[in-house]
Amino acid sequence: MDDFLTAFLNVEIVREAWPILWQGFLYTLALSAITVPLGMVGGVILALLSTAGPRGIRWAAAAWTDLFRAIPPLVLLVFLYAGLPFAGLDVGAWGAVAIGFFLNTGAYYGEVLRAGIGSVPRGQVEAARSTGLSQAQALAHVVLPQAVRNVLPDLVSNTLEVVKLTSIASVVALPELLFQARQAQNATYNATPIVAAAIAYFLLLWPLVRLISRLENKAMAGR
Amino acid sequence: MSGLENFLFSFFNLKVMATYLPLVAQGLALTVLLALLIVVAGLALGLALAVLRSFGIRPLNWLIIFTVDLFRALPPLVIIVLLFFGLPTLGIGLSGFAATWLSLTLVLMAFSEEIYWAGITAVPKGQWEAARSTGLSFLQTLRMVVLPQALRITIPPLTNRTIAITKGTALGSVVGVAEILGASQSAMSFSANPSALTLGAIAYLVLFIPVVALGRWIETRFAWKR
Repeated sequence: MDDFLTAFLNVEIVREAWPILWQGFLYTLALSAITVPLGMVGGVILALLSTAGPRGIRWAAAAWTDLFRAIPPLVLLVFLYAGLPFAGLDVGAWGAVAIGFFLNTGAYYGEVLRAGIGSVPRGQVEAARSTGLSQAQALAHVVLPQAVRNVLPDLVSNTLEVVKLTSIASVVALPELLFQARQAQNATYNATPIVAAAIAYFLLLWPLVRLISRLENKAMAGR
Repeated sequence: MSGLENFLFSFFNLKVMATYLPLVAQGLALTVLLALLIVVAGLALGLALAVLRSFGIRPLNWLIIFTVDLFRALPPLVIIVLLFFGLPTLGIGLSGFAATWLSLTLVLMAFSEEIYWAGITAVPKGQWEAARSTGLSFLQTLRMVVLPQALRITIPPLTNRTIAITKGTALGSVVGVAEILGASQSAMSFSANPSALTLGAIAYLVLFIPVVALGRWIETRFAWKR
C-alpha cells in the first residue's frame, strides 16, 4: 500500500509538479476554447452544404465528412505536423492542431447537425417561406433552432470528445495537461503527475458526463 | 523540381510506397487484431455491467456508475499513458499492445454499458410486470423480453461509438505499438519521405470507410420512426 502511495499518489511530487501541471491545465482549457468553436464552424458549413447545396455539392460534402470520420485524428495530426514540412509547408504544432481539429471535429459536428436538420419536417420550411421569410431567415429562425434542440445530446457529447481529444496535442509537443504531466513524470521518475492529470481531467469533465447521461436517457426513453 | 513534382515526390512516391508496403500491411493486420480484441471484450464487458446494473443493488450500481463515468471522462490517451508508464513503477509491466488494448476496452465497456442501460430502461415497465406475471423469472424476462428489444434500439449508437473507439488504436503508436500509424511513422523516418504516412492514411481509409458507410446504413436501417 505504501509502495502504491509513493508511486501513484505522492503528495510531495504533486507539490513539486504543481506549477507546470497547473500551466498544462490552463493550456488544455485554452486549447478547448479554440478547437470547439473551430469544429462547430466547420460542422455548420458542412451541414448546410450537405443539406441545402446543389446535388453535386451535397454529395461532395457527404464524402468529405466520411473521409475525415474515417481517418483517426492522431493520424491527421501527425500528417499535418510531420508530413507537410517535407513539401516545404511548415504549419507548426499550433497550425497542425487547428487544421486537424477543424477537419476532424468539423466532420463529426457536421454529421450531427446534418441529422438534426434532417429531423425538421420539410413542411416547416415551406410554411416559413410562405410567410415571407427568405431561405436564410427560414434556416436561421425556424430550422436551426429546432435542429440543434433535437440533437442536443449528441452535440454535447461530441463537445466532450473534442475536449478529451485535445490530449493528442501532447504528441506534437504542445504543453497541454498530458504533455506537462509526462514532462513532470520524466523529471521525477514517478507516475504521480500522470495520476494527478487524470484526476484533473476527471474533475473537469465529470459534470459534462453526468449531463450527457441524463440527456441521452431522456432521448432514448422518449422514443 | 516544380511544385507538383515536389508534392508527388513527397507524398505519392511510388518507390517509397512499394518499399514500405509490407511494413504498413503488417501494421494494418495489427490494427485489425487490436480492434477486434477491443470490440469483443469491450462490448461483452459493457453488456455484463448493464445486466448487473439491472438487478438494482444500490452500492454495486453506484460503483458501476462511477466506473462508467470515469472511463467516459478520461481521454483514452491519458489512460494508455497511465497504464504504460505508471504500472511498471509497481512492478507490473504491460506491453504497449496490452496497455492500448486494456485502455480502449475499458473505454468501450463504459460507453457501451451506458448505451445498453439506456436501451434497457427504454423498455416500458409494464412489459417487465407482464412477463413476470406470466411466471417468467427475472433473468428469463431480461433475456427473452427486455434485451431483444433493448439491443435493437442500441445498435445505431453502439455502432458509431464502437467505430470511434476502434479508431483510437492509432493512439497505440504513442507507446510503441507498430500498428498502422506506428509502422508508417517508422517508415517515414527510415525513408525521410512522408509517402509512407500517405500509405498509412490510405490503409485507414481502406479499413474504416466501409465501416463508416456500414454505420450510416445501420443508422437508417434501424432508425425509429418518431
